[in-house]
Amino acid sequence: MRPNHPPDRYSPMQALKKIAVAPLLLALGGCKMVVMNPSGDIAAQQRDLIIIATVLMLLIIVPVIILTLLFAWKYRRSNEAAKYDPDWHHSTRLEIVIWAAPLVIITILGAVTWTSTHLLDPYRPLDRIAPGRAAATKPLKVQVVALDWKWLFIYPELGIATVNELAAPVDTPIDFDLTSSSVMNSFYVPALAGQIYAMPGMRTQLHAVINKPGEYEGFSANYSGAGFSDMRFKFHGLSQADFQQWARDVRGGKGELNRSVYLVLEKPSQKTPVQRFASVDRDLFDAAVNRCVEPGKMCQHDMMRIDAAGGLGMAGVYNVTTLEYDKRVRRGEGGLRAFVAALCAPPKATTASVAR
Amino acid sequence: MSPDLVKFLFGRLTWDAIPFHEPILLATFAVVALGGVAVLGLLTYYKAWGYLWREWLTSVDHKKIGVMYIILAIVMLLRGFADALMMRAQQAIAFGDHAGYLPPHHYDQIFTAHGVIMIFFVAMPLVTGLMNLVVPLQIGARDVAFPFLNNFSFWMTVGGAVTVMLSLFVGEFARTGWLAYPPLSNLAYSPDVGVDYYIWALQVAGVGTTLSGINLIVTIIKMRAPGLSLMKMPVFTWTSLCTNVLIVATFPILTATLALLTADRYLYTNFFTNDFGGNPMMYVNLIWIWGHPEVYILILPAFGVFSEVVSTFCGKRLFGYSSMVYATVVITILSYLVWLHHFFTMGSGASVNSFFGITTMIISIPTGAKIFNWLFTMYRGRIRFETPMLWTVGFMVTFVIGGMTGVLLAVPPADFVLHNSLFLIAHFHNVIIGGVVFGMFAGINYWFPKAFGFKLNSFWGKVSFWCWLVGFWVAFAPLYVLGLMGVTRRLNHFEDPSLQIWFVIAAIGAVIILFGILAFLVQIIVSIRDREALRDVTGDPWGGRTLEWATSSPPPAYNFAFTPVIHQIDAWWDMKQRGYERPTSGFIPIHMPANTGAGVVLAGISTVLGFAMIWHIWWLAALSFVALIASTIVHTFNFKRDYYIPAEEVVRVEDERTQALRSLA
Repeated sequence: MRPNHPPDRYSPMQALKKIAVAPLLLALGGCKMVVMNPSGDIAAQQRDLIIIATVLMLLIIVPVIILTLLFAWKYRRSNEAAKYDPDWHHSTRLEIVIWAAPLVIITILGAVTWTSTHLLDPYRPLDRIAPGRAAATKPLKVQVVALDWKWLFIYPELGIATVNELAAPVDTPIDFDLTSSSVMNSFYVPALAGQIYAMPGMRTQLHAVINKPGEYEGFSANYSGAGFSDMRFKFHGLSQADFQQWARDVRGGKGELNRSVYLVLEKPSQKTPVQRFASVDRDLFDAAVNRCVEPGKMCQHDMMRIDAAGGLGMAGVYNVTTLEYDKRVRRGEGGLRAFVAALCAPPKATTASVAR
Repeated sequence: MSPDLVKFLFGRLTWDAIPFHEPILLATFAVVALGGVAVLGLLTYYKAWGYLWREWLTSVDHKKIGVMYIILAIVMLLRGFADALMMRAQQAIAFGDHAGYLPPHHYDQIFTAHGVIMIFFVAMPLVTGLMNLVVPLQIGARDVAFPFLNNFSFWMTVGGAVTVMLSLFVGEFARTGWLAYPPLSNLAYSPDVGVDYYIWALQVAGVGTTLSGINLIVTIIKMRAPGLSLMKMPVFTWTSLCTNVLIVATFPILTATLALLTADRYLYTNFFTNDFGGNPMMYVNLIWIWGHPEVYILILPAFGVFSEVVSTFCGKRLFGYSSMVYATVVITILSYLVWLHHFFTMGSGASVNSFFGITTMIISIPTGAKIFNWLFTMYRGRIRFETPMLWTVGFMVTFVIGGMTGVLLAVPPADFVLHNSLFLIAHFHNVIIGGVVFGMFAGINYWFPKAFGFKLNSFWGKVSFWCWLVGFWVAFAPLYVLGLMGVTRRLNHFEDPSLQIWFVIAAIGAVIILFGILAFLVQIIVSIRDREALRDVTGDPWGGRTLEWATSSPPPAYNFAFTPVIHQIDAWWDMKQRGYERPTSGFIPIHMPANTGAGVVLAGISTVLGFAMIWHIWWLAALSFVALIASTIVHTFNFKRDYYIPAEEVVRVEDERTQALRSLA
């Protein structure tokens, strides 16, 4: 069980933090430093860590810079008054200090790192939505598929899907499941929480919450090809009522996202406008993760299960066929590529494999 | 000719691969071609071909090979920096409706080439070049352990560089980022020749790097002068040893990883594909198991340079020699235990992430100790602010900031918000420019008189330093800010106009750095012009402490007429203190390795092999592979591997130096 009121784990650092934040904010108040001034609890805690770590390290860095400049000035050759001791090269006491001082800082920072990495693990369900406010509401589930070069968001509980538009109610935990249809991307809404990669054939997770209503920037933070720069979307933090209204609007609209629509959608396109789907195939995300949206293709989890059980033996060699529509064609060169056929593949694929 | 025959003869290579329709590339090509023709013409006019071939290209002399590495690095720096300027210009203008002047197709090649060139063909040759030039002199050796291998390694590095440069005019370069992560770099998403250029350039150059690593390790372990025990070695030699251990332990991983990617692309295997059980994350792990030690391969020799420079120009023995050595060794070992910090955001568990975060932070402890050691070497010193010392102080002030942002990025939750951002870009340029580049410029200014017998002009050296220092901060401080504004790397254009001012400032910074590079070139030209005024006859222009300053500048082919005997750390300083008398008689013939053209030939064939593989010209690939094996076998039958410098020649050279030294007194 999680405590209802999670302790504020940085309380010893609070004073330190406030002292540090003031000049930082003053100096950089002019520009929109979303990372230093986010609107979600996770991103805010990550911001706090940046400040704590920076202040801790400045304890060493500032004296080093001052001493460097001071020594450089004081012991310049023209300053005959300064003491010159050409054979002085060892001092056990100083050696202990110069190894111990960074060691102490790193020990403290290491402890902070260990706890914060576990508490802010993107896979860990939220236990609070803001300092002192436990997470009580049921999380909103969102499945994210990075396509070439746009974002597909599926709301499995609401039965709707959107492209390049993400919405969530404020103060409600959001559980993201992420994957990619082609290459690696990184899902990042700086105002909300740190990024997490969306990778083909893999499922990653992110837990986050948005605390202020507003329209925020979201994008891919990992270069993924020609359309990468425009792989952006708006993330709408909405009040509960507004979010319900938004979901109703989408559901009341047109469009059904099934497998064949998905296969068209995932073809490369740039600067893709927002699209909404009133209904969605419930297995689509699983199929996307397991790379078997195309009909007749064996899903990865089945493949792994068969292999774990010892595989198909020589018979497996014949269970390979070619895609009619192939990813390889999408970014250039033609040519058909083989894939593993599902064991209960539709007749066409089976015929193809038997023909070999 | 029938299409089949054309396809057989030229593989994928067609006229379309030549960028006739790209004015920028055509102009570049014209400039390169004219420059090349001019150089070739001058060489012919002055009948310098024979000299160049005999004295330089086929030379196995470690000093000349070191110089050639550095020349290669400077040439490639111009290319890599041109890429940087183009990126800065694009990002400074591409806002809103204005798409800039570089479409993604070009822009993506440029940032990939910039990274690849700066790391593999600028930083690596600079580091290897300095190690080659200095290490044998510092340990009192006549050459490296395997002189031919050294020449071969250099030409393989050139082969890689030539391959990258070819991609500019024949075909195109990768559009994947400098580490070519699959699946993007797989056949499915990068079917053209770009990634193949990347692979073969790195594979050819990688052979050279690995062999040169083996060579320098053996040299340092086996060829030290009598009395030079490990704990009396100059710190630069220590850092070189550690760097080469890292090279030998990690470059084979890079080679293997790229070989697997090659198999995926050429043999349709599925190591890193999405389907058929392949896993792209395996590539990401492998490439960073090489990639992280790689940054220490670059920085450790720079640390070595600073150690030499700081003690020389403070006129003081290095503070905490032993702790400096242990710090270097600890960094060497720890550099293997941190690779995962490059991808905290790929969903490893919290315990894995914290482990790699904390090991990364631990590296800052020995690094911090090093900084303090330099600091306390300055304490009670008598500091001469010659150019190398300026670079060193500039480094200490700049590098600590880069170190701080690095530790910050090692905190996984902080990395989640900063990873892939311009903050990260600012961080690694902060340590690579503020550390490696500053270190290499310090080293070049410091050892130039040793290599050529005259100092570099200090006015232009200082201009170069200040342009680099100021330019660096003007160019990269805005990127730190942009990173905190949530701006990510490798973007081709932006929507938010409020960001533009920061990119404009960064572009101005890049121009200031450009002046730094130009000032460096002017410095070299002016110094060559004024070489008589800058001449150093003593061989010890800075009041040096280590053995390389004991011999003449430039040193004779055999470095030392008699192998020196070492009694103390800072051997040359110790010799000077004890009133060392230079031997002037009793010279005997000296056994030396002979020059050979085999390195040029083998590396040339390897480059052709790479080119044939890139363009799928299979007959040429097969032919050059057979030629490569055959040439290697032929080379083993070359028995003219060594010769003796006759005693009379040694007497003549040494007497000349005696006369020169006497004329000083």
